[in-house]
Amino acid sequence: MMENKVVVDRMRCCYCGGCVGVCPKDALLLEEIALSVDSAKCVKCGACVKFCPVEALSFQK
Amino acid sequence: MDTVFDAVVVGAGPAGSIAARVLAEKGVKTLVLDKRQEIGAPKRCAEGINVASLKRVGIEPDPAWALRDIRGAILYSPSGRPFKVDLGKTSGYVLERKIFEKHLARDAIRAGARYMVKTLAKGVVLEDGRVCGVSAEFMGEEFTVRSRLVIAADGVDSKIARSAGLDTSNSLSDYHSGFQYEMAGLKLDDPDNLHIFFGADVAPKGYAWIFPKARDVANVGIGILGQLSGPGHRAREYLDRFIANRPEIFSGASPIEINSGGIPVGSAAPCLVADGLMVVGDAAHQVNPIHGGGIALAMNAAKLAAHVGAAALSEGDVSKERLGEYERIWREGDGVKLEKLLKLRAFMEKLDDDDLEKLVDILDSDEVIKLTNGEYGFLVKKFFRKAPKILPLARKFLT
Repeated sequence: MMENKVVVDRMRCCYCGGCVGVCPKDALLLEEIALSVDSAKCVKCGACVKFCPVEALSFQK
Repeated sequence: MDTVFDAVVVGAGPAGSIAARVLAEKGVKTLVLDKRQEIGAPKRCAEGINVASLKRVGIEPDPAWALRDIRGAILYSPSGRPFKVDLGKTSGYVLERKIFEKHLARDAIRAGARYMVKTLAKGVVLEDGRVCGVSAEFMGEEFTVRSRLVIAADGVDSKIARSAGLDTSNSLSDYHSGFQYEMAGLKLDDPDNLHIFFGADVAPKGYAWIFPKARDVANVGIGILGQLSGPGHRAREYLDRFIANRPEIFSGASPIEINSGGIPVGSAAPCLVADGLMVVGDAAHQVNPIHGGGIALAMNAAKLAAHVGAAALSEGDVSKERLGEYERIWREGDGVKLEKLLKLRAFMEKLDDDDLEKLVDILDSDEVIKLTNGEYGFLVKKFFRKAPKILPLARKFLT
């Protein structure tokens, strides 16, 4: 797998934090209306991308 | 502005504010931190709660937040056949959570707790491996609150427990992907009941719901198993299809709010305490695995944690062993019921649409109420006589 980093689409994100709860590496952080991915911690497992109810997370092409 | 409190509670949801109230009532100097600038919003919740769960933590229903009295639920089979679970009287409410949570916070503040909003708790402060406070940020200012006890009530996106080394992450096989609109302009035949829809096309390994908040206003949502979510078949897409397929309800309706969220539906987190730390609510996965409701379990766990925490503080022993009394009592109480419901969920996930239709034929209302309480001893016997096809599954998962 040569996936690139996980990116957040700010216009789609509903800032629910559900993705944070499925991250095995604690690489996501939800602040009030800001979701960020710590690419140093992220292992690109894709759990957050799969979970997101509104497709706000994706692997950057 | 570094400060000292006896206890810090992270998260001002139902769990956090109940914990704070109970601690403050016992004279514990308590600070609650919430990253949101408005307590109660945005909600990640369908807002249903039953009467008994409020009573259990000493809350009297208030029309300011208990918007609608609910008498029971109508379950719809995959083919659309209704199954009425009638409790005969007001058995629960649909809440306005942004008011409810503020009322819980007010109660805690009146009892003596202090609150800070728009304040992000970044992690625990550790000394010799023991939790002794949290680091936080408010309006660009970083500060530390020292406290002998920290209660992590910071939801599915909890950072606090994880920063102390506890694993509170969820797996996609035990986590629902949820999406919801609060909608106005609905045509609801029966706004005094919750409406719950099953079926592989409606919500795979989950359900869709309509929880009325007024005659023509409701939370309309869906939860699907996280594992089954993916491109082209996400919770939002299922919900939009659910709505499009029911013009008789939705033709004149529009959303007034969008909500989404992750719903832990597996076991509780493997460990709920550390030296100086207790974890409660969604952060601890204290959620009913059958219906995904979390408020009731969260509030009760928070009350229990606060009682144990206050006693531990007064004894001067906040070790993992001492605080572990909370975990032991919880696992022997609500934890037992949660594990039973988890078995029932595993069983239900194996049923196909035909099996669900069969259940509508053979179960009655009282039996469904029993199931929601984790009492399923009668099922195997019933299937033996009336649904032999389902019997092997029931034997595998429910005995």
